[in-house]
Amino acid sequence: MHQLTIAEIIRGLREREFSSVEITRQLLTRIEQLDGDLNSFITTTPEQALQQAGAADQRLAAGDAPLLCGVPIAHKDIFCTHGVRTSCGSKMLDNFVPPYDAHVVEQLQAAGAVSLGKTNMDEFAMGSSNETSFYGPVKNPWNPEHVPGGSSGGSAAAVAAQLVPGATATDTGGSIRQPAALTGTTGLKPTYGRVSRWGMIAFASSLDQGGPIARTAEDVAHLLTAMAGHDRRDSTSLDRPVPDFAASLNDDIRGLRIGVPKEYFSEGLNAEAAARVQDALKEYERLGAQLVEISLPHTHLAVPAYYVIAPAEASANLSRFDGVRYGYRCENPADLRDLYMRSRGEGFGEEVKRRILVGAYALSAGYYDAYYNKAQQVRRLIKQDFVQAFEQVDVVMGPTAPNPAFRLNEKTDDPVAMYLEDIYTISANLAGLPAMSLPCGQAGGLPVGLQIIGNYLDEGRMLNAAHQFQQATDWHRATAPFAQAAGEQ
Amino acid sequence: MEWEVVIGLEVHVQLATESKLFSGASTRFGAAPNTQACAIDLAMPGTLPVPNKEAFRHAVMFGLAMNAEIGRRSVFERKNYFYPDLPKGYQTTQLAEPIVGPGEIEIHLEDGSSRKVRLHHAHLEEDAGKSLHEDFHGMSGIDLNRAGTPLIEIVSEPDLRSAAEAVAYLKKLHSIVTYLGISDGDMSQGSMRCDANVSVRLKGEKELGTRTEIKNVNSFRFVERAIKVEAERQIDLLEDGGTVTQETRLYDADKNETRSMRSKEVANDYRYFPCPDLLPVELSEDYIEQLRGELPELPDAKSARFASEYGLSAYDADQLTQERVLADYFETVAGKSGEPKLAANWMMGELAALLNREEKSIDQSPVSAEQLAGLIARIVDGTISSKIAKQVFEAMANGEGDADTVIEQRGLKQVSDTGAIEQMIDEVIAGSAKQVENYRNADEAKRPKMMGYFVGQVMKASKGQANPQMINKILKDKLDALL
Repeated sequence: MHQLTIAEIIRGLREREFSSVEITRQLLTRIEQLDGDLNSFITTTPEQALQQAGAADQRLAAGDAPLLCGVPIAHKDIFCTHGVRTSCGSKMLDNFVPPYDAHVVEQLQAAGAVSLGKTNMDEFAMGSSNETSFYGPVKNPWNPEHVPGGSSGGSAAAVAAQLVPGATATDTGGSIRQPAALTGTTGLKPTYGRVSRWGMIAFASSLDQGGPIARTAEDVAHLLTAMAGHDRRDSTSLDRPVPDFAASLNDDIRGLRIGVPKEYFSEGLNAEAAARVQDALKEYERLGAQLVEISLPHTHLAVPAYYVIAPAEASANLSRFDGVRYGYRCENPADLRDLYMRSRGEGFGEEVKRRILVGAYALSAGYYDAYYNKAQQVRRLIKQDFVQAFEQVDVVMGPTAPNPAFRLNEKTDDPVAMYLEDIYTISANLAGLPAMSLPCGQAGGLPVGLQIIGNYLDEGRMLNAAHQFQQATDWHRATAPFAQAAGEQ
Repeated sequence: MEWEVVIGLEVHVQLATESKLFSGASTRFGAAPNTQACAIDLAMPGTLPVPNKEAFRHAVMFGLAMNAEIGRRSVFERKNYFYPDLPKGYQTTQLAEPIVGPGEIEIHLEDGSSRKVRLHHAHLEEDAGKSLHEDFHGMSGIDLNRAGTPLIEIVSEPDLRSAAEAVAYLKKLHSIVTYLGISDGDMSQGSMRCDANVSVRLKGEKELGTRTEIKNVNSFRFVERAIKVEAERQIDLLEDGGTVTQETRLYDADKNETRSMRSKEVANDYRYFPCPDLLPVELSEDYIEQLRGELPELPDAKSARFASEYGLSAYDADQLTQERVLADYFETVAGKSGEPKLAANWMMGELAALLNREEKSIDQSPVSAEQLAGLIARIVDGTISSKIAKQVFEAMANGEGDADTVIEQRGLKQVSDTGAIEQMIDEVIAGSAKQVENYRNADEAKRPKMMGYFVGQVMKASKGQANPQMINKILKDKLDALL
């Protein structure tokens, strides 16, 4: 049953092939047996899951079940869950149990989904390899010596390992798309404001956006339909109607104009990965789409601008973790200063501290104009690049990440090399555009991701394009060796 | 050497909204600690701010009342610093694009002169919580009830030239915010707090001297004293060849001195930047015009109307319009008694003295406007003299009922019976042979003055109740008949 996609589970539950309790129990067992090696979950909630599954079965029997009723999912541990520890991958929040649910959690609960637990992640979503987690690194189900990407590495790995058919995730600079690419899953970062940030622990508020990771575009569409929606508690939430994203999956894509930015195929891109992306573009041509070479001239400025803006916002967002009201507090503080210094010094990991320092520096007197203001100007230029591009094309396509999954510890001592992992994904966050990744082949036995960037609120068209590709290809059906080997259990 | 004192004020006014600036928690004063702080106020992870529309309404009305530019677009920024009563580790405030831009108001001074004071800007911001350092055995307690309460910080240009001007400006702000109903203006509860920037320079000098900032002075009287004593300190320092250090100082009311607060600390770098959780707020012309239409009559307009409509002096009109409740009280007394000038005199005389003595505000006055109007009516119709009226007023203040009841029960009705008065006068003249003799021998010019003695004696005999005009007339006739 663990091989089933969300769409298949929806059908199976309705046709009484199995119950929600059955599939929930099976996946919980699988997690218990397999996740020790994978480390994709920080917390599992079996009792709560079975309770929710039982209730879902009753609703299914009564015939008034919402779409995702009884479908098991998992939440990235950045989303607050009422009564369930929400750590954000940090020692700082190892003891934090929120008295409220994130909007995304409420939405999925309202849609009937059953939550199995909370997935591992880079600490405070800061990382591209899931190696900064206080709870240890997550292994890539395609090769346990490789990273699953980050920061939503737990969600991506759990989906790739078939521990859960879909999971929530967040993306500030590529944290949904890059792990999706590295684990052969499909993940989508919506338009900024599509999904409420209420209850989603902030990293960089102007860039953070929640979204789903699953195994197919169709499943992503179902999850996104449930997750999206206006929320008055988030002032940046968009008050726009949410379509059923699954409804347009089968639209004809003949004539779709695909912009291919030349800057996304320059040096630094792994040759094999580049070839797989080119193959995918050819496939789209076969499907009747039209390729248009475009230029996004400010692409090379995205990473530097991002690594000013995101740390600047983070430096303030993380000030609340001060050991005073909740979370980690150092032992026997001598005075206030000591309380602050040691609680934060001991509670945060290296990467988080590095970014707080970088951010505070960029905002400090005398440097603000040179860094923060300049980065905001760059941000506008990058947005402008896309606005112009979308005058000619319907979607933009290119690689998601420059390389397939790298080895554990390969880049941990070289932050800049790690930051460059996000070189193709960051622009969409800076511009606030929706973007997704779907598997389009393999390089050296590891998955390669194709990125689709859409115009504002155009997630439907992106999912349509992704689904049509998945109807014509099998890359999304390729099963990670870890899931396959464990499949017998 | 003649010195000039230069003062600019930063005044924090707590807005009278039901809920906080970015959360739905109540702003009510005096609740048990931490009972009015929700997850947002506690800066729980994942919580987000949502701006309070009513706070914007208040701020815009204030700006309109100050003849100020209204920020069509205003932006909240984060001011970063660590303190236990600041849960997020930053204060959400406005800096580059505030809700209220430059403006100007007129203040009126006791000598009858007035001057313009320019407003630099006013911005919306959230208040911090309170740190409590007593009763926690070497630790501190944190009360976050106040955290997130909406404030407007009103920043003046350095246009004030004396402690008295600073107080007049502060009183003007107080009257504007209370007229608008956007704050209770209660300084004792911290609804209005004042920081004063004070510097001195030689008269005629163009450059401003080095300023110090006196923090959190919380009454009109202390503002006046603190500025005076700080200006004197700076002048003494400079005259002795010293220099003023730019620093924050605290006013100690008990010792009547200011002292350095944190001179050892290095300058804070607050690392302001626009708050990414909040979008810029854009206000439409229609909205602003609608609020302009909702503005109540403001103190200056009311004062001008009192002068023209009731014939009051500019000073009286100004005094009576400083507070909206006071002005309302006056209009009731003037309307019901038909005697605006007497109403003004009584309010600024006996009533002001009574309230001052009992430390009560006008809305707690033991004598109601209706009662005072009744009293004035009895003076005007001759039932009682002004002198007796004071007795009646005191009795009303003691809760003995309205003027008619007091006059009746105490038998204070004025004696206007000619026969009775004549009899009393005859008795006084008969018993004052020596004074009568002096009167007869005195110069014509001195006689009116000498009559005072006889009037006093008659008054005494009548226990103050004889009609003074009648005494005067009859007495003069009788004395003159003796000449």
